[in-house]
Amino acid sequence: MGRGPAFWSAFVVVLAFALAYPLFADGYDVGNNIYFLNWTFMALGLSLIWGYGGSLSFGQTAFFGVAGYSYGILTINFGTAYGFGLLSVLIAIAIAALFAAVLGYFLFFGRISGIFLGIVTLSVTLALERFMAQTAGPQWTIGSARLNGFNGMSGMPPLTLPWFGGEISLYPDIGLYYLVLCLLVVVYLGLRILVNSKFGNILVALRENPQRAEMLGYDIRKYQLGGFVIGAALAGLSGVLYTSWGQYITPSNMSITAAALPIIWVAVGGRSDITATLIGTLVVLSAFQALTIYGSQYALVVMGLLLVFTVLLAPKGLIANAGILLGSLLDRKNGGK
Amino acid sequence: MALLQTHNLNKHFGGLHVTADVSFSLEPGKIHCLIGPNGAGKSTFFRLLLGEHQPSSGTIVFDGQDITRLKSFQRINRGMSVKFQVPGIFGALSAQQNLQIALQHRLDSLDLNAEVERLLDFLQLREVADQQAGNLSHGLKQWLEIGMAISLKPKLLLLDEPTAGMSPEETFMTGEIVKQLNAQGMTVLAVEHDMAFVRQVADRVSVLHFGRIFAEGTIDEIVADERVAAIYLGQSHD
Ligand SMILES: Nc1ncnc2c1ncn2[C@@H]1O[C@H](COP(=O)(O)OP(=O)(O)OP(=O)(O)O)[C@@H](O)[C@H]1O
Ligand SMILES: [Mg+2]
Repeated sequence: MGRGPAFWSAFVVVLAFALAYPLFADGYDVGNNIYFLNWTFMALGLSLIWGYGGSLSFGQTAFFGVAGYSYGILTINFGTAYGFGLLSVLIAIAIAALFAAVLGYFLFFGRISGIFLGIVTLSVTLALERFMAQTAGPQWTIGSARLNGFNGMSGMPPLTLPWFGGEISLYPDIGLYYLVLCLLVVVYLGLRILVNSKFGNILVALRENPQRAEMLGYDIRKYQLGGFVIGAALAGLSGVLYTSWGQYITPSNMSITAAALPIIWVAVGGRSDITATLIGTLVVLSAFQALTIYGSQYALVVMGLLLVFTVLLAPKGLIANAGILLGSLLDRKNGGK
Repeated sequence: MALLQTHNLNKHFGGLHVTADVSFSLEPGKIHCLIGPNGAGKSTFFRLLLGEHQPSSGTIVFDGQDITRLKSFQRINRGMSVKFQVPGIFGALSAQQNLQIALQHRLDSLDLNAEVERLLDFLQLREVADQQAGNLSHGLKQWLEIGMAISLKPKLLLLDEPTAGMSPEETFMTGEIVKQLNAQGMTVLAVEHDMAFVRQVADRVSVLHFGRIFAEGTIDEIVADERVAAIYLGQSHD
């Protein structure tokens, strides 16, 4: 995918809608809806690690949390002047990526894969959650940033960009919307190029048959680690965007429920293609949000059922299966077989 | 000088002595077949050569270098390549993509497409090029994997039962493929049960029995060897 004219026309149409959307909505709604876009990076990262590379990782929310807290600690301590706001974003993502590199090194160079990879990454995530949850006491401060345990850390500034002769703070509004949308387009296109590259080919080969990939002379551990770190950096980007958007992050962002949600978005949408993942994530997130009006426990149960339904009936993912169906219908219409 | 040499290679799985003091030598440019009853340790010997198992003792020298401690991919990059007993392909990808992934290790995109085309023709995979590899017939999977293995232009090609599940015609064609590859300079070590295939291709034959090299010679010498006949007969009795 990502090579034909049909693909690119669809891409342009969707992008045009996304760009035009704020013209027809008020700033408050637009600002709220950035929430959905914030998560897509983490989902795209998981699509790369799991859908393409075949490693089911529950670690995305850990990297999300590490980056979110890092952003908070950095900006609360050093502020956002002189471009430090932007620098904090980059450092926070780098910390998450570094954490993933260390963890991934032990996992992949220790040849841990399959179900054990899932177990270890989930354990790490939950250990982080536990750790952050017990930091309620006043002794748990880093500089002037209080970690604040289960109540969550707050008071960090919003995303702040250096600008000519000053800086602009992006509160949830149309400006931030365009920035996040722009990031999403860049990340999406970057991933598109990546998965269509030699590196992307090898990731898929790892998913299909790691032994064969190694016996073609590839040091598969490096490719697994590479995919894992890129995916983690994207989760970190989500973490920073989420934290600066709501000026808030809590340990429950790394809870077992939170860790399961990206898996559900990606599985339900379709993990074998980043487009299906992107659409699926936005659809499932919106549905989840709509259901939460009736109670969040209820929404979670529906999500669980959705996952079971998907795994049983449309294992490639609902969006991916819909795409395949659409493709074969078009084929028939065009007189194909 | 031998292309591949093992010295007193041993492998134990618990109490099971699966590779026993194997000192084996493979001349460059030859097609060498390894035969032996089921469970004789042929695939295990391959895995030791490829670094999937570490030997309990002994050394492996390939192309003049001791590779006993090298990782699998490092051995591959020194000029080994393998087709496994159970077809090892990328099932969800097309036959063509399978070849691309194998070839991209060595070639950049321009030469790559030409080489994919050449291999599709050479292995008679042209008609199924766009089909999912996992859906191919057993015989075509074997050829596809041979195609992936030779994509690396190896000095030594290891084939574990390349004709298993093939019709006599397909088996014959596989033999011709192997002979062509050998004529281009590839040394081949093949595990095979099919004696017609062994006769068709082998310059030399070794018999593995209970993990030991039991006999070695030309196909005629091996067939004439009564002790070899006895182990095959003995097997059909138990
Ligand atoms: N990983 C392992 N752990 C324990 N035992 C093993 C292992 N691999 C192989 N064996 C045993 O080693 C012996 C030799 O197995 P191997 O697969 O090498 O035989 P083979 O000669 O290739 O047989 P076949 O002709 O059936 O392919 C068998 O008894 C097998 O059960
Ligand atoms: Mg075997």
